[in-house]
Amino acid sequence: MRLIDELPEVFESFAEQRKKSFIKVKELKEQGIPIVGSYCTYFPKELAMAAGAAPVSLCSTSDETIVDAEKDLPKNLCPLIKSSYGFAKTDKCPFFYFSDVIVGETTCDGKKKMYEIMNELKEVFLLRLPHKQDEAAVREYRNEMVRFKEYLENKFERTISEDDIRAAVHLNNRTNRAMKDLYGVMRHDPCPITGYELFKVLYGSTFRFDRLELTEEIEEMTARIEKEYEEGKNIGKRPRIIITGCPIGGATEKVIRAVEENGGVIVGYENCNGEKAVGLEVSEDTDDIYEAVARRYLNIGCSVMSPNPNRFKVLGEMIDEFHADGVLEMDLQACLTYDVESRNIRKFVTEEKNIPYLKVETDYSQSDVGQLNTRIAAFIEMM
Amino acid sequence: MNYLGIDIGSTCAKTVVMDSDKHILEYFFLPTGWSSFDALDRIKGQLSESADLDNVFCVSTGYGREAVSFANKTITEITCHAKGAQYLFGDTPMNVIDIGGQDTKVISVSKGRVEEFFMNDKCSAGTGKFVEVMANRLGVPTNDLNRLAENHTEDLKISSMCTVFAESEIISLAGKGESRENIAYGILDSVANKVRTLYSRLSDDDRPVYLTGGLCEADYFLKLLSDIIGHEVKTLPLARYAGALGAAVLSVEKFG
Ligand code: SF4
Ligand code: SF4
Repeated sequence: MRLIDELPEVFESFAEQRKKSFIKVKELKEQGIPIVGSYCTYFPKELAMAAGAAPVSLCSTSDETIVDAEKDLPKNLCPLIKSSYGFAKTDKCPFFYFSDVIVGETTCDGKKKMYEIMNELKEVFLLRLPHKQDEAAVREYRNEMVRFKEYLENKFERTISEDDIRAAVHLNNRTNRAMKDLYGVMRHDPCPITGYELFKVLYGSTFRFDRLELTEEIEEMTARIEKEYEEGKNIGKRPRIIITGCPIGGATEKVIRAVEENGGVIVGYENCNGEKAVGLEVSEDTDDIYEAVARRYLNIGCSVMSPNPNRFKVLGEMIDEFHADGVLEMDLQACLTYDVESRNIRKFVTEEKNIPYLKVETDYSQSDVGQLNTRIAAFIEMM
Repeated sequence: MNYLGIDIGSTCAKTVVMDSDKHILEYFFLPTGWSSFDALDRIKGQLSESADLDNVFCVSTGYGREAVSFANKTITEITCHAKGAQYLFGDTPMNVIDIGGQDTKVISVSKGRVEEFFMNDKCSAGTGKFVEVMANRLGVPTNDLNRLAENHTEDLKISSMCTVFAESEIISLAGKGESRENIAYGILDSVANKVRTLYSRLSDDDRPVYLTGGLCEADYFLKLLSDIIGHEVKTLPLARYAGALGAAVLSVEKFG
């Protein structure tokens, strides 16, 4: 980050990060650094880092390849799954192309069955994610961590020591903390920056390989935002919205735009763009590092868990902390777990937290932008 | 100074003029036609002296709300319908059903404020468009469906929810000699059932229910809808103007 840049330019440069990293990933590959591609927040990236590999997120966010995917997959499937598979199949994603292995988890049914088919295109290592969060599940997922570590050792012909893992944990915790501090700036009312600017940084960061530099940049950025805020820079008072639901990116950024173009501001992302991804840290103060990693990931409040108390807990805390005026849930079409869970989320938000809630269901097309705009504008008018 | 509410829907454009005491000075509707801009020109032409455009505050709403270049504010039809419902039906907590040209919505309203709302998804089942297409297929004006349905002899069910499939279903029913009255009943029944699905999603479905939008004058449909929802659905002739009324009221409240 060149300090002479104005903050909005810095945010913009993060928005370009995905494209910028296309070359980077090729360079890494040429240097002999293995690439580990993943799709989900449950992926324990610390283990890949400990193996000296570069983890990269492959979650696809455009409808460009959906038609190709629909040759092999049902039409009535979540667009994230179709798009991801489509990019893999058509070889249009350089990150997929350069990945040595793909790591999947048994999350939702659509995804885990898709991995079976994806395995025909490239080796998929499947982590068996339990769908509950008790101690038995922690033990189970811990053993998966060990199995994954051994797999990486064999695959890349190297040994991974506990110290390697601890070092990776330490760095990643610092990165997560930096991200969390960054979105902590949204506690201010009025907000210092827009929710879209925040999103660009969160999203762009997932495509950065230089994790330490990234972390330092984010730390600096937060300090700078706070400083400029003290000097009087802010975006003015606006209705404050928290986003929950399925991951957002690319095509579905239309939801963020609809909120902010209609006068609201997104103060927090209780989804895999924000809180679910970086809200938790691995305990470093522990004898069994595998267990600590397993515990951290298993605690994610994703709707594939049953029951899923952590989502309610975290959402409630965020509503209070960020003084939210409303919660907007974005669900992707055919995402059953989030869709079913939305009933209880609605009740929780409107009856326990006493603020308005709106759920919108969308896909990767742009054909519903008008409808989304009307619904979201009306939602903001309620505040 | 007077206050203007313009609601440009996908099929019908409604206009209401009020004074600062919220008394209605003038109201009318015209078909939206092919473009919101064209509809706006015709609205301007029809407005009488009571709304000298240099001397009004205007709130626009509806699907074509952005077309109203001289509007002082645009507000969504959901918020405007809630306000309009308060103007017509009072402050008590109520549920409002609006069957619009391309959107059907259910809104929980209290003292004119939206508490919760749901809208139909991407498809046109249960909207004014559905009714219009089906009436066309039967070769009758939309307004006649109500009368025809009242005289039905059999509770005919149209099973397709999709407008395109429902249309071919009607063609084949007619081909089999089914009466227009029974088919008309089937059409209205299908709309009412679709509305019920939406209505049942409201957290509090046990409130007085009011209908706004294009089907307000269809008394038989009202009865049918009441039976299917299990609540008496009430309305007023002016309720078709609820969106424009709400916009005019909001104009008074914001700029008056
Ligand atoms: S929403 Fe759940 S399944 Fe999807 S990426 Fe996030 S954690 Fe994984
Ligand atoms: S959005 Fe839902 S359906 Fe799609 S991959 Fe995530 S959990 Fe599965």
